[in-house]
Amino acid sequence: MHNRRLALAFVCVALVVLCALPVFAAKKVTITYGNFSAGSDNEPTLNAMKAAFEKANPDIEIKLQNTGFGEYFRLLQTQVAGGTAPDCYELNYENFVAFAAKNALADLGPLAKAAEVSFDGFDDNALDAFSYNGKQFGVPGSYSVVLLLYNKDLFDKAKVAYPNDKWTWKDITEAGKKIRALGDDTFGIIQTVQFWEFYKQIAQNGGSLFNANRTKFTVNSPENVETLQYMVDKIIKYNIEPTQAQKSNQGEWDLFATGKAGMLVTGNWAFTFMKEKAKFRWDVAVEPGNKQKACHFFSNGYVINKASKKQQEAMKWITWLSSSQESSLLRVKAGWETPPVSDKAVIEAYVAQRPPENRKAVFESLKYLVTPPVIEQFNEMSQIVDIQLQKARDGEKTPKQALDDAQKELEQKIKL
Amino acid sequence: MLGFVLFSFTPIVRSLYLSFTSWDILQPAKWVGIENYRVLLGSEELWRVMRNTAEYIVLYVPLLLAASLAIASLLNRDFRGVGVYKVLFFLPVLSSWVAGSLIWRWILNHKYGIVNVFLGYIGIKGPAWLDNKYWAMPGVVMASVWKDAGFSALIFLGALRGINHEYYEAAAMDGARPWDQFRHITLPLVSPTTFFVAVTSLINSFQVFTQVAVMTEAGPAGATQVMVERIYKYAFQFFKMGYASAMSWLLFIIILVFTLIQWRLQKRWVHYDG
Repeated sequence: MHNRRLALAFVCVALVVLCALPVFAAKKVTITYGNFSAGSDNEPTLNAMKAAFEKANPDIEIKLQNTGFGEYFRLLQTQVAGGTAPDCYELNYENFVAFAAKNALADLGPLAKAAEVSFDGFDDNALDAFSYNGKQFGVPGSYSVVLLLYNKDLFDKAKVAYPNDKWTWKDITEAGKKIRALGDDTFGIIQTVQFWEFYKQIAQNGGSLFNANRTKFTVNSPENVETLQYMVDKIIKYNIEPTQAQKSNQGEWDLFATGKAGMLVTGNWAFTFMKEKAKFRWDVAVEPGNKQKACHFFSNGYVINKASKKQQEAMKWITWLSSSQESSLLRVKAGWETPPVSDKAVIEAYVAQRPPENRKAVFESLKYLVTPPVIEQFNEMSQIVDIQLQKARDGEKTPKQALDDAQKELEQKIKL
Repeated sequence: MLGFVLFSFTPIVRSLYLSFTSWDILQPAKWVGIENYRVLLGSEELWRVMRNTAEYIVLYVPLLLAASLAIASLLNRDFRGVGVYKVLFFLPVLSSWVAGSLIWRWILNHKYGIVNVFLGYIGIKGPAWLDNKYWAMPGVVMASVWKDAGFSALIFLGALRGINHEYYEAAAMDGARPWDQFRHITLPLVSPTTFFVAVTSLINSFQVFTQVAVMTEAGPAGATQVMVERIYKYAFQFFKMGYASAMSWLLFIIILVFTLIQWRLQKRWVHYDG
């Protein structure tokens, strides 16, 4: 009797274990993905991407960790330090270099081979941006460029021809003066005086922040002083651009969207906003240069945590997310920046959207791209420069004085 | 006790250790001795930030004391609806600093803000408060006083309620006018409270952060950079945890010294016997 009971119990246990085995065998691998760019606007798109990927890869489950941009990097650093970082995560370009230099990222070269995914199909410039010391530490997720947006109605009213490819700084100033003359509350152009604008505009003037092999700062070179003079003149001398007080806390996009500015230099990420808010005819052009053209190139990339135990699965997800046609088209449809791919179908779908009419300028700008001058202490460097630029902007220092002071402080504090 | 050791004592000791290292968060910390302190004390930035912080304190502490004592005196009378006013004055204390800062950005707006509109009525052209390097800090101070006065007023109110009415009656019989009564009776008798509010508000003002971060983003051109804002930037944006720890410890020592000085000075003006 006793034995029979024991045998029965044994059989039961064995059965349960046997039934459970297939469950264990088919257990999904769950990977975590940290990101900041989805925000509330693009969260549905990211969710749709996740769903599409999981359908195609039933053995992988994605857990999204969405964080706002403001909090994201502080959280991420804490997670990396505490060993709880997501398996893969999003980084903007500036932080990418800091993380790669600090040895926190997995080398994607061998991983791509193991996971049988390829880097073909990426736009070359975008892909290059995420290699460091000859190794591919990330894949581009999306990119954006900065263009010249202009208000056709205001241009017509001021009787100025629309911007074209041959435009230079001089044309901007001249057009700006005529538009400014339209009214006390109408400005020619809005182009913030800040680090990002500065490094691009010095490139338009043949200048640079460092020498060619990045061993010495050249922030106060004559080309750069001339550039800052141009930036400041627009505000102080000609006042075709509003001073801080004239802006009165109104956002730059709002100023343009409410028809108070003839031109605005900003990224293609503003298209959706302007499409909704601007009640006038507007279009875009490749940003005018001076001695040469130079356009911003911003990119967010995806990387894999060096300490992750699920790197292959993460590799599959980030390459799919960044370069598959399915996810790219979802991105285009949502107007969520530009997918970093060379796929013709995707590019055509992007260019076909309206407004702006001249949407292909986004791709033309790529011919003149300059990447951010990223170094390990990038955040610190950009802040030092920013403070001096603001002093010049507010007329507190001459451009020469401001850049001399920036040069001095950079030499003291930043290791190149 | 366990909570204290785990969440207070350990981080304190660890941050002291970190202040002697170079740590970028992502890689292990390296011991660098007093290097962080040497660089910190030799940096121009520290003195700029200290000047800004001092400006904040010099404006904030007296204004807060005056405003909260005035509010408390007002609320100490019996009149209809006093409860509603108490709530109104206390509301800013409960609201979030981020929301408050955004409201103050509008109040101080150069063109449309009510401060400049009122100044305009009496013929004064108001400055572009937060965009002007001389007026940005006073602008921040105004917002801080608005936010904090309700709380200090509540403490003062408690002290005022504790004063025996017979003093005033006796003084009135001797012919003392209200102002004399205030100076010779109220002020000395609330001096322990004044001392308490002065010390806590001093400590608080060394740690001012959110209003600066939201209202001015430490600008224009660094004119409202303060200690805690710098610590935050170095720790979480510049990847310099060790340096930020050294700054924190310096801040701690400064606060300690100032508190001790105040403690010493209180003998001269604080009366503990009502």
